[in-house]
Amino acid sequence: MPIEFPKDTWSGAVQEVTIGATADEGGTRTSTVTVGGEKTLPFMHFEAKTPHRPVIALEIKDHRPEDWSPLLHDTWGEVMDDPGKWAKAAEEAGADLILLTLSLNDKDGNPNTPEAVVAATKAALEGTGLPLMVFGPGQAEMDNELLVPVADASQGERVVLGICEDKNYRTIAAAAMANDHLVNARAPMDVNLSKQLNILIKDSGLPSERVLMDPTTGALGYGIEYGYSVMERLRLAALRGDAMTQSPMVVVVGHETWKTKEAKVGQDVPVTWGEWLERSITWETVTAVTLIEAGADIVVLRHPESLKRVRAVIDNLVEEPEIA
Amino acid sequence: MALSGIEIYKLLPKTNCKDCGFPTCMAFALKLATKQVELAACPHVSEEAQEELAASAEPPVRLIKVKSNGHEVQVGNEVVLYRHEKTFYNKPGIFFRIRDDEEEAAIKAKAKQIDEYQVNYVGIDLIVDGFAVEAVSGDGKTFSSAISAVRAVSQRPLILISGDPATMAEGLKVINGEAPLVYAADESNWEEMTDLALQHKASLVVKSATLESLSDLTPKIKEKGLADLVLDPGGRNFNNSLVQNTIIRRLALTKNFRPLGFPIIAFPGNMEDPTLEVPMAAQAIAKYAGFIVMDTFSPETIYPLLVLRENIFTDPQKPIQVQPGLYEINEPKPEDPVLVTTNFSITYFSVANEVEGSGLPAWLLVADAEGMSVLTAWAAGNFDSEQIAKDVKRFKVADKVDNKRIVIPGAIAVISGELEEELPDWEIKVGPREAVDIPSFLKQAL
Repeated sequence: MPIEFPKDTWSGAVQEVTIGATADEGGTRTSTVTVGGEKTLPFMHFEAKTPHRPVIALEIKDHRPEDWSPLLHDTWGEVMDDPGKWAKAAEEAGADLILLTLSLNDKDGNPNTPEAVVAATKAALEGTGLPLMVFGPGQAEMDNELLVPVADASQGERVVLGICEDKNYRTIAAAAMANDHLVNARAPMDVNLSKQLNILIKDSGLPSERVLMDPTTGALGYGIEYGYSVMERLRLAALRGDAMTQSPMVVVVGHETWKTKEAKVGQDVPVTWGEWLERSITWETVTAVTLIEAGADIVVLRHPESLKRVRAVIDNLVEEPEIA
Repeated sequence: MALSGIEIYKLLPKTNCKDCGFPTCMAFALKLATKQVELAACPHVSEEAQEELAASAEPPVRLIKVKSNGHEVQVGNEVVLYRHEKTFYNKPGIFFRIRDDEEEAAIKAKAKQIDEYQVNYVGIDLIVDGFAVEAVSGDGKTFSSAISAVRAVSQRPLILISGDPATMAEGLKVINGEAPLVYAADESNWEEMTDLALQHKASLVVKSATLESLSDLTPKIKEKGLADLVLDPGGRNFNNSLVQNTIIRRLALTKNFRPLGFPIIAFPGNMEDPTLEVPMAAQAIAKYAGFIVMDTFSPETIYPLLVLRENIFTDPQKPIQVQPGLYEINEPKPEDPVLVTTNFSITYFSVANEVEGSGLPAWLLVADAEGMSVLTAWAAGNFDSEQIAKDVKRFKVADKVDNKRIVIPGAIAVISGELEEELPDWEIKVGPREAVDIPSFLKQAL
């Protein structure tokens, strides 16, 4: 007896967003990345094709991050001292795009300066032809101080500037508008606060094809389910036609998972935690895969082995099997 | 999916004959909707109507219990597609496969290691649920020996895997009296497998090549009297299992489609690439699997999966909390420091574990932040200077310590000025942002 598969039909779709600009488009990128456009829930091929697969970014910093897990120092090694070399290595490791996160302090321990971060950004743009995202250190005033010069210096490259949040969106959105960039809008795991922030950014004049949504990422064991459910709710709202939730979603999995004790500490931890490196990679991979199921379009990782595994999962998810 | 009075009325004869003792069919229907009367009171309801009414009273995804001596794994009884709609109720059972063609000593060693594995997460001890013994040998005796070997070291519930009824019968004899899960019935052997399952009070996995053929097979088995079924729709890749599981769950919940109203079993170990077994299990946990059979055991990969299972199956309405109060860690004295944090379980355990692990004594004031994390609670106004001052007073912290100094989480450094005003006798110190930096902070900064 034939069964009728219950198909969802949706009135809305996710916005398509393109990051990076090639020479034809006024930039110097050798590739661009387009995400979004989904017309149904993640990977429901029998309802609609997945127009753009989730992409993977690798995160680098403007100089060697002393507070990163020793395991990340082991894997990246010398290139961490030079954002240009690090960006190149990240491209070679298979990233679709690069996230450059700026530090609070420069490599001598003094407050970071526009000169230093502009130099780091230019080095990254030289080192790789991949599209670039640049996030500030995560303090509203510092972010403004550092991101505006970065935005000016990288004009034409269609860079994603972040984090755009309720305290500083005006400045970052303005810098994006002036220089043809995009913004990553982060709200603290709350559907209404996400919508509110998107409305404010839209009202400031930035078109929706230049906005990404960051619902705030929780690591496995440290809040993943909160982000997961907010993402499901945002995606459902988008498909139901709510224009204020239709941006593609960014999750900073590497940042969250590599600061956990499970990833940072290898000694004097319970024996039931097992081997440190595989545990850390698993922590990052499981967080990433779970959030991809909830609709993550851009997944930012730190370890190249996690990238390999998550890439294999994505490759598999976007295939279209025959289901009878 | 319970029917409303009107929906029930549509299934009744609508003759108002009063044989049921009620003046009209509508009156009877309303009583039936609120379960104040039995359907049997109406002598004229059609067989079709009877079936439909019986079906609507069943849970959309059947509750399946797999039991052994002293253990029970319960799955199914799910009512939503997305956990935020209500919650996911019953965590999927995680089982490890044991192949019967391995040496007895190896089987015992593996089973013992897995049986004893227990990892603590926010005060909960997480364990693996049981084993799936597979008759790879095709031989009843070998199968039985393997099952006995597992039982020599573990009493956890079992899934028995064999497509041959004779072999399965031998295996079931070894664990007679338990209520295992039998894998599996298909078009070639379902009658014998059903008999075996009924005989041994086991639940039965039903597998077939397509969802359609699967939904043709389960009613036949139900007709023989066995309703405790589990489905294997056969998806062994991310793409097909995601779609199959979603379709099955949708059919069960939105169409009350009884032939597929059963939990699903997943086999992440069947991936060609072994590094994908764990991600596949992660997908299975989030996307509707009731039983997950793994092949490769290691603490570093099972720990994350067990944590994911806890996280996804946490009731969104009830974030795990600990009791607010003044906690003592490593036997603090009056001169030892006071740290303050919130009563969200993950927060509390992150901080408490770090302090404990440092070996240094401290008082930990767990403020009533309505079960929220530091930043969430602060954003919501539940963990500000007023709340902290209130709890300092409520839990009489000043009576316990000589040194009136309190360390606040680095993430809310901004409130230190305000807190100084609320607690004028106290020195406010700003601690680290991340719990993992607490031990070095306690050693160096205090």
